[in-house]
Amino acid sequence: MLTILFDGIAYGMLLFVLACGLAVTLGLMNFVNLAHGAFAMAGGYCTVILVNRWGVPFFAALPLAFLFSAAIGLVLERTLYVHVYRKPHLDQVLFTIGLVFMSVAAVDYVMGSSQVFVQLPGWLQGQFNVAGVGIGRYRLMIIVMCGALTLILQLILSRTRFGSRLRAAVDDARVARGLGINVNRVFALTFAFGSGLAGLGGALGTEIVGLDPAFPLKFMIYFLIVVTVGGTSSITGPFLASLLLGIGDVAGKYYVPTLGAFVIYTIMIVVLIWRPQGLFSRGSAR
Amino acid sequence: MPVALETVGLEKRFGGLVATNDVSLKIEKGARHALIGPNGAGKTTLINLLTGVLRPTSGRILLESRDITTFKPHARVKLGIARTFQINQLFPDLTPLETIGLAVSERLGSGKDWWRIVGSRPQVTDEVVRILEDFRLADVMNERTAILPYGKQRLLEIAVAVASAPRVLLLDEPAAGVPEEERHVILDIVAALPQDVTVLLIEHDMDLVFQFARQISVLVNGAVFVEGTPEDIARDERVRQVYLGEGGHG
Amino acid sequence: MSSLPLQAEAGARFAARAAWHPLEVVFWAVALGSIYLLPGRHLILTEIAILGLFALSLDLILGYAGIVSLGHAAFFGFGAYTAGLLAKHEIITEPLLALLVSGAATALLGFVTSFLVLRGSDLTRIMVTLGVALVLREIANRYAGLTGGADGLQGVEIKPLFGLFRFDMFGHTAYCYSLGVLIVLFLLARRIVHSPFGLSLQSIKGNVLRASAVGIPVNSRLVTIYTIAAAYAGIAGALLTQTTAFASLSVFDFDRSADLLLVLIIGGTGYLYGGLIGAIIFKLMQDYLAALTPQYWPFWIGLLLVVIVLVGRERISSWTHPLRTLASRLDWRSHRTQSSVLATGGP
Repeated sequence: MLTILFDGIAYGMLLFVLACGLAVTLGLMNFVNLAHGAFAMAGGYCTVILVNRWGVPFFAALPLAFLFSAAIGLVLERTLYVHVYRKPHLDQVLFTIGLVFMSVAAVDYVMGSSQVFVQLPGWLQGQFNVAGVGIGRYRLMIIVMCGALTLILQLILSRTRFGSRLRAAVDDARVARGLGINVNRVFALTFAFGSGLAGLGGALGTEIVGLDPAFPLKFMIYFLIVVTVGGTSSITGPFLASLLLGIGDVAGKYYVPTLGAFVIYTIMIVVLIWRPQGLFSRGSAR
Repeated sequence: MPVALETVGLEKRFGGLVATNDVSLKIEKGARHALIGPNGAGKTTLINLLTGVLRPTSGRILLESRDITTFKPHARVKLGIARTFQINQLFPDLTPLETIGLAVSERLGSGKDWWRIVGSRPQVTDEVVRILEDFRLADVMNERTAILPYGKQRLLEIAVAVASAPRVLLLDEPAAGVPEEERHVILDIVAALPQDVTVLLIEHDMDLVFQFARQISVLVNGAVFVEGTPEDIARDERVRQVYLGEGGHG
Repeated sequence: MSSLPLQAEAGARFAARAAWHPLEVVFWAVALGSIYLLPGRHLILTEIAILGLFALSLDLILGYAGIVSLGHAAFFGFGAYTAGLLAKHEIITEPLLALLVSGAATALLGFVTSFLVLRGSDLTRIMVTLGVALVLREIANRYAGLTGGADGLQGVEIKPLFGLFRFDMFGHTAYCYSLGVLIVLFLLARRIVHSPFGLSLQSIKGNVLRASAVGIPVNSRLVTIYTIAAAYAGIAGALLTQTTAFASLSVFDFDRSADLLLVLIIGGTGYLYGGLIGAIIFKLMQDYLAALTPQYWPFWIGLLLVVIVLVGRERISSWTHPLRTLASRLDWRSHRTQSSVLATGGP
């Protein structure tokens, strides 16, 4: 049972790294980026190519995956996304769905539609036993890495100038501009960073959840659930929501396989109706 | 005189802000009652509470002695209370003909008919046309509301409220934004309202207030500051101070 | 106080709103004529009719009531599987009857889920409707014993329509059947949108605050139209099952809901024909592109969506405006009475 808890936590942390970029984008720019999963997929495939084909060490490939996705994010944000910010939500949804379809088909064309795997270094494979509980090495690494990332994120938000500019822009973009904060630059950098994190998550997640061209579509709903339940006004909200979702999903699939997935969908619907701003958010109506 | 509209200890809080503070009003049937006060005094909030757009934190609202505190907005309209908005709230793509037709139709209970064409009941159409004529809207009745001049839109805003045949009519700054030369049309219409309709008017234009009102309530910081006839209020030094602030010049 | 010409004008105006424009007559004449004129294309015409009905159902809530739904496929799929199960287990073998029952069942589903879309912003509605569609897909997937799971519902046999017309492999019966259903439901929808109820929906879409201030029970009206739209979508899904004798999980696919929005963007919303015109164009486009690149056709759909949004949805849909103004100009029955009486202004 503890193994399940452990696996659930690992899955949850992974989901958090994947989804937090989306949460920030939604909270910051009130923009629904359903294509967020595509950036994760990009990072995943980048890592697969680097490690499997070019022999780059796994831990060296990870930051490269981050940069790759961040770069794509930055370029797309400045060229395409920026035109869609002021449009109604439906348009944003259609736009990002369009991007998803394009990316899925493109990756399918280039990389083929079967699932791909990363060749992990030997010492990351397998598990070791601690007091009778099976601890997967890879999953342990995920928890450590994602935990560190979360702390760094929290520090950036609360201690750095960029962080306070970001928080100001999230609270009220117009006032932030009035204070001289270059909100557009904050948007661009945040979007790039969020996409980079997604890419990193995609790279890390390949081993755990698998990677194929349908990834953005399969996981879109998970990201939406994290953002819905966790709210968009903090880091801790999505973090807790991701953990909840991760543990719930793993435990659900193990203990109650027939119900499994749609328990979490139902949770999302219930939360949306009951507290549209999320279970863990500050409660300010947007 | 029977009481048409009454509030008992009405209060509305937004977090720490008290927008409406223990307001107890009694408005008689057929009254011409004006609600005045400086900006931010909570006049529109009060109207929103009376019509059900906002839920009160505490207190009660009674329409003809009937407790309507928990009633939804559309239910209150059915019971005979209608309002205009300070900023026009109209249907941009509908014509005045359709807009008034909608209001009359709902009132007569045929708003949910799905099997017949709009306008197939002559008595409804007749009443709609009468209202449009009364409000000088006949010449624009087939134009899209969005392209009408502001003065006409304002008239439509009032016409829509009157079309619900309310027994209590709440007018939120009906002359707001209307050019000087068109104001008299609004004033005439307000003056021509049937005597048995109870009218509560929010206004900043003091000429209009004193012309229209038989009773005035002054609202300051969400609470009723003073009430009385126009003469009482005009003479009241405190009211002048409230508008000018303490230490007003000269 | 002689306002009789005014009343007559008002009455005539209202009547003109609902009057049949010549282009409408042409449209349906062509549609009926296609039965005889295009006998070799009945299969794709059936698909167009079904897609058109599905799009019509979304137009009712999106174009007239302003409810944004990204999960309308939930109703389509539910109707499809209901019809499939009714036929497979021989509970109701007469297709038309099974169709009506499927529609009623889907209406019930629509009614039950309608409260989910009453509250919240557009964004909330998008996510909630998406969630509902995914839940239904998941249910259909899980209960594979009932639904056939990923393999789809096998062994569905559709009995002849009215006991007389066998569903042939050229789609003749299928097309006449689907077109007939479409026409009947279209006429019903046309009545509804031109009724006081329909007008109240448009007012809710235009300004919900004013709508309730006029005495309209907003939630009750929205629930009603949502239920009706669900029934329409369910019937469309049932038609698909009955004309193909098969139902698979793809009826619940997110792609279907997304394609539907695209159909309505192409054709325009709020005038009932948008879904039909959009369906024709979409299907023809799909046919053409799928022949070119069968596997990667979603790429072109995606590109189209991106381009449409960047160019502007309004600008895309406005290509149908000339059609509508042309229609009103072609209207030989002049409802513009002498307005000189009114031009002199009021008293």
